[in-house]
Amino acid sequence: MTAPVLILGATSDIGRAIAHCFAAQGYPLQLAARQRSRLELDKADLEIRYGVSVSVHEFDVLAVETHADFVQQLPQQPAIVICVVGLMPDQKECEQNLPLALKVMRTNYEGPAIVLSLFAQRFEQQGFGTLVGISSVAGERGRASNYFYGSAKAGFTAFLSGLRHRLAQSGVQVLTVLPGYVNTRMTEGMKLPSLLTAEPQEVANAIFTAIAKKKDVIYVRPIWRWIMVVIRSIPESLFKRLSL
Amino acid sequence: MSSPLVPRAKKLAGWGRYPVQTCHVYCPRSESEIMQLLKSGLPFIARGNGRAYGDSALNREATLQMGHFNRLLGFNPQTGQLIAEAGVLLADILDIFVPRGWFPLITPGTKFVTVGGMIAADVHGKNHHKEGSFLNSVDWLDLLTAEGQVYRCSPSENRDLFYWTVGGMGLTGVILRAAFRLRPIETAWIRQTTHIAKNLEATLDLFETFEGVTYSVAWIDCLAGGAQLGRSVVMLGEHATREELPAKYRQRPLQTPQRHKISIPVDFPNSALNSLTVRAFNQLYFHRQQRKAGRSFVDWDTFFYPLDSLLGWNRIYGRRGFVQFQCVLPLGAAREGLAALLHCTSAAGAGSFLAVLKKLGHSQGYFSFPMAGYTLALDFPMSQRTLKVLDQLEEITLQYGGRFYLAKDSHLTPRRLRQSDSRVETFVQVRNAQQWTVHFASEQSKRLKL
Repeated sequence: MTAPVLILGATSDIGRAIAHCFAAQGYPLQLAARQRSRLELDKADLEIRYGVSVSVHEFDVLAVETHADFVQQLPQQPAIVICVVGLMPDQKECEQNLPLALKVMRTNYEGPAIVLSLFAQRFEQQGFGTLVGISSVAGERGRASNYFYGSAKAGFTAFLSGLRHRLAQSGVQVLTVLPGYVNTRMTEGMKLPSLLTAEPQEVANAIFTAIAKKKDVIYVRPIWRWIMVVIRSIPESLFKRLSL
Repeated sequence: MSSPLVPRAKKLAGWGRYPVQTCHVYCPRSESEIMQLLKSGLPFIARGNGRAYGDSALNREATLQMGHFNRLLGFNPQTGQLIAEAGVLLADILDIFVPRGWFPLITPGTKFVTVGGMIAADVHGKNHHKEGSFLNSVDWLDLLTAEGQVYRCSPSENRDLFYWTVGGMGLTGVILRAAFRLRPIETAWIRQTTHIAKNLEATLDLFETFEGVTYSVAWIDCLAGGAQLGRSVVMLGEHATREELPAKYRQRPLQTPQRHKISIPVDFPNSALNSLTVRAFNQLYFHRQQRKAGRSFVDWDTFFYPLDSLLGWNRIYGRRGFVQFQCVLPLGAAREGLAALLHCTSAAGAGSFLAVLKKLGHSQGYFSFPMAGYTLALDFPMSQRTLKVLDQLEEITLQYGGRFYLAKDSHLTPRRLRQSDSRVETFVQVRNAQQWTVHFASEQSKRLKL
């Protein structure tokens, strides 16, 4: 019997796509989100479609003090943990509303890093397992239009890179996913260039393949790697005068 | 997480790619988000996979894309009852359930439709004369109505709402989910018998003779005129039992070979379909079928969804798009009326690429399309001449007491619709009385003053 895949943030569009992708390959699933009731419909859907077993769990990424219990109380230890949690409100709103800014920083960095640390501990002991963090290209360089979100994702990316470094000899895979634009609720109403915008299914498939190939860091659409090379290489003196 | 629902401006069209309209598209993920739109007071229409041919699922001010409501919620293997959200694709249902020995009780001629769309248009299939329209397979549906309430509707509960909604073209509320029945099948194969009919008379005789057969449909060569007017290939089918299957399929009777799929990646030039190419195609097709006449075993995908393997086949008609015309004529007037419709098509040389004839039975929906008689579906590349042909075809339909399928329509006028169907006035009255007019409207309903 295969160990399950745990998806943190399973009500999101990317979370749902990942659930379908793994269930289609026969993996049992553990779906976790803040509102457990919202997962019940997905549980029914996934079980009927793919005949896999699905359990649902309440998980509040901001309540870091509950994370240890959450990990402890899972009915079965997952083999793969995928953290899809993310929050990206309007930057201007964050500038005016600092509690919201704090929530962005905590949701995108603090919570995911803490919960993945707990799994890292267990995976390291058993000598296998896969930890996947969905970070963001926004974390590659802070920009005026998005720096609360971007800085938190930068922290998360650095965390994942450090964790990978630590676990490199232990047999545990740590995968950083940098999706670029994705057509989801988060980006609804934004004008996104179609060439740079992935569908949630693409993100899910890319993760599935990257796990199989033991990758470390992936950009979902390869073009983003080159875009970010350029964006990172612009001198700060010039960068600060550009509108990006 | 209940952030406001933001629209995106998007060019939308039906499957015929005419008309194209820039619409404000909303993509809700929960009932409460649909409620937001309802409260805004903006009239809107729900849209599934956009397979109605014309403007049924377009509204410039607000189109509600139901794609996120795509979950299967329950299946009962004792009764074959499937509960699904409105945005679930029939193609998904088939992929999942055919290998498990189940098939939809009623299916239209494409699998790229949603559950909500099938209910709104009360679609029919090749078995309508025997088993009725999609309505007959629906046990219940949940409808979000104008007052912001969700009602469970069935033949026994909120009965009127049920019968107005199935076939109501999305103009009674938002269909959220439904329970409908699948039938058990022993195999994924259809035992097909093909007959050649040399003219319309012979075609209709075949339908009458084989009335007892579950599935029947005729493909008509509508460029053939004179003594050959209405010549056709009549295809009859039954679900094959395991015993009937040839030995090579019997081992794994629910598996069928993958069909080769072809994508049409670009628009064909507008002139690609002219009377010459259509004539050539029809000749070729007719002779191929003639050679195949007799009995054969056909997989379900090929039998029910012959065009679906040509992904994007609507692009063959070029950038201007095409229009479908589908009417039903009552039994008594069918022979004469069909002859008149085919005459008109053949004389115009307009060259309908596909012409499909099918016998229909009664229907129970208050506003459903089917009635006992014969239905003819034609399609034409969009052009000025086509518009004239449509005018003629519509007048002929009226003359013979027929009515029109709104899921195919982008051309009718309010006057012709009312002349064709005495139910229209009642539908409009109910819409007004129930405040449906305030909240639910499509470009089609505006055009037809529904």
